[in-house]
Amino acid sequence: MRSIVCIKRVPDSEARIRVAGDGKHIDPSGVKFVMNPYGEYALEEAMRLRDAAGEGSVTVMTLGPDEARETLLSALAMGADEAVLLRAEGSSEGSMEGLAVARALADEIAARTYDLLFFGKQAIDDDNMQVPAMVAELLDLPCATVVVDLSVQDGRAVARREVEGGHETVEFALPGVVAAQKGLNEPRYPSLKGIMAAKKKPLEEKDVELRAAKLELIGLEPPPGRPEPVIVGEGPEAVPELVRRLREEARVL
Amino acid sequence: MGDVLAYAELRNGELRQVARETVSAARALADELGGQVHVVALGASGTSAAVEELSRYGADRLLVAEDEEFGTYHPDAATKAVQEVMSSGSYEAVLFPASAQGKDLSARVAARLDRGLASEVTDIEVENGEPVVRRPQYAGKVYARLRFLERPALISLRPNVFVPQERSGQGSVEQLHIEPAPARARVSGVERGEREVLDVREASVVVSGGRGLQDPDNWRLLEDLVDALGSGATLGASRAVVDAGWRPHGEQVGQTGKVVSPNLYFAVGISGAIQHLAGMRTANVIVAVNKDSEAPIFGVADYGIIGDLFEVLPRLTEEIRMLASQGR
Ligand SMILES: Cc1cc2nc3c(=O)[nH]c(=O)nc-3n(C[C@H](O)[C@H](O)[C@H](O)COP(=O)(O)OP(=O)(O)OC[C@H]3O[C@@H](n4cnc5c(N)ncnc54)[C@H](O)[C@@H]3O)c2cc1C
Ligand SMILES: Nc1ncnc2c1ncn2[C@@H]1O[C@H](COP(=O)(O)O)[C@@H](O)[C@H]1O
Repeated sequence: MRSIVCIKRVPDSEARIRVAGDGKHIDPSGVKFVMNPYGEYALEEAMRLRDAAGEGSVTVMTLGPDEARETLLSALAMGADEAVLLRAEGSSEGSMEGLAVARALADEIAARTYDLLFFGKQAIDDDNMQVPAMVAELLDLPCATVVVDLSVQDGRAVARREVEGGHETVEFALPGVVAAQKGLNEPRYPSLKGIMAAKKKPLEEKDVELRAAKLELIGLEPPPGRPEPVIVGEGPEAVPELVRRLREEARVL
Repeated sequence: MGDVLAYAELRNGELRQVARETVSAARALADELGGQVHVVALGASGTSAAVEELSRYGADRLLVAEDEEFGTYHPDAATKAVQEVMSSGSYEAVLFPASAQGKDLSARVAARLDRGLASEVTDIEVENGEPVVRRPQYAGKVYARLRFLERPALISLRPNVFVPQERSGQGSVEQLHIEPAPARARVSGVERGEREVLDVREASVVVSGGRGLQDPDNWRLLEDLVDALGSGATLGASRAVVDAGWRPHGEQVGQTGKVVSPNLYFAVGISGAIQHLAGMRTANVIVAVNKDSEAPIFGVADYGIIGDLFEVLPRLTEEIRMLASQGR
C-alpha cells in the first residue's frame, strides 16, 4: 500500500487569532502552529494500512511557507517514510485559495504512483472543506469525504462517510481519495525513537508558484459581537424568569 | 445577466430545509442584481412534485432532472448534471448549501469549471453590482470578506443562517434530460439513526450536554427537554462525552464536530472550551446551565442559570411543556 497524505500547518485550536495590521493576514506572533488535527487521522490511517499490508510507503506532502517543514518532521516522527515540501513563499497558509492549493498538489501528485491519497476532511484555519474533492476532480479519481471507517481489500476501498442524520457507504477501485474525519482512528504520538529517526528520512523541497487567485480577500474582520451575557439567577427557582425572557425578550419560544 | 442558480438538495425525494434557504438567498441576490432565479434539482422520478414548492420562495424556473440514478446523491452524476445546467445559462452566481452534499458537490464543480468557491458563507451583499460574501475562518475567530474575480461566483451557504422567505411566485417545472455520468465511486449503503434524527446543523433548537451530565443514562433529561421543545429541536454534545463514548460523533458540536447556528442553543453541563464555542457561538440565542459561575460558557451565553443541572433541567422541561400546552 502506497499512500500520499496531504497535511497542513495550522494555528493550534486554542490559539487566540488576531488580525494583522494589513487587515488581510492573521498576526502570527504568539500563535502556536500544529499539524491540522484531521491530517493526523489521515496519516494514522495510511500508516495502519501500510503496516497491515506489510509493504508499501507513506509520503507526506504539504504546501506552505518554509516553516511548514516542522509539520513534515513531526509526520516523519510519527512514522511516515518520506516528505515533500512544496514551498510557496509569501503565502500564509490561511490565505491560500482552495483551488490554487488543489492544483499545486494535484500537479505534484500526478507525477507519482500511489494507491490512496489521504486528506483531512477540513483545514481548521480556512475551514474550507474544498481541497480533497477538488484534487479528486483534477486527477479524475473516485473520492470519499468525511470518512469515519475505511477498509481496503483486493484493490477496492470501502469507506463509511458521515452525512447529516446518518452514514453512507461508498465503494471504489484504487487509486482513490479519502478525506478523514475524527473517529477514523486514534492517532499515535511520535516516540522519542521516531523523532530521532525522522531527521534521517528523505525530505524533498521544491519551490512552487501558486496560480493566480480567483477570489480577492477584501479584508479580515473580527467576528460579530455577542450581546452582554445575563445571569438570570441561581437554581431551579430561576427557571420561570429564564422562560419568560426567552419568550418575551428573545422571542425564541 | 444577473441570473442566479440555486442547487436544491433533496433526500429520499423530499426537499430539505437547506433547499428553501438556498433559493431564498438566491432570490435576495438576484433581486439586487436584477436577474432571475433558476433552481436545479436532481432526483428519482416524482421529484418535480416536491420541487414545485420552491416557486413560493422566489424561483423563476425549476430545472428538474429525474432519473433513478439521481435518487441518492452520486457525486459524479450530480457534478456532471450541475455542470450541464450551468453551461446552458449565463449565471452571475451559483448557490449551494454548505451541507455534506453541497460542500462535496460545490468543490467538484469549482474544480471542473475552474472557478473560485467561497464555502460556509454567512452573508451576501451586493457592492458595485457584484456579490461580496462574508465567511468565518479559524473556527469563527475571524471573518473574511471576499469578492470574485471571475463569473459565476460559486458560494456555499452555512445551513440555518439564511432565513427561508415565502413570497408570491409562479416558477414552473421544466424537465431536463441529463444522462447520469458513470460513477467512479458507488454509494452502496445508506444508514439512518434508529429514529430519523434531525441533524444538529439543521435544527432550530439544539440541546447540548457535556460531562456535567455524569452518566449517559442521564441523557433522558435532555431528551425530555427536546421533546418538550417540539419538532425543530435535537440533541447535541461536547467532545468530552463523545470521546467517552456516551454520544455518537454526529452530535458533536465544535471545532472537530459540527458548526451550528440554531435559533436557540442550550449548553447544559458544558464548560465552554474554546473548541466548543467555535461550534456554537453564532447561535441566535445561547442559554447555559452550569453549577460553576466561573465557567467560560457564561461569557458567551445570552442567558445563564448557575445551578445543578439535575435540579434545573426537570423544572425547565416542565415550564416549557406548560407553555406548549397553553399553545404558547
Ligand atoms: C484539537 C481539539 C479539538 C477539539 N474539538 C472540540 C469540539 O469540537 N467540541 C468540543 O466540545 N470540544 C472540543 N475539544 C475539547 C475541549 O477542549 C473540551 O475538553 C471539551 O469541550 C470539554 O467538554 P465538557 O464541557 O463537556 O466537559 P468539562 O470541561 O469537563 O465541563 C463540564 C462542565 O459541567 C459542569 N457541571 C458538572 N456537574 C454539573 C452539574 N451537576 N450541574 C451543572 N453543571 C455541572 C462543570 O462545572 C463543567 O463546567 C477539542 C480539543 C482539542 C484539543
Ligand atoms: N496547503 C496545504 N498543503 C497540504 N495539504 C493541504 C493544504 N491545504 C489543504 N490541504 C489538505 O486538504 C484538506 C482540506 O483542507 P481545506 O479544503 O482547506 O479545508 C486538509 O485537511 C489537507 O489534507
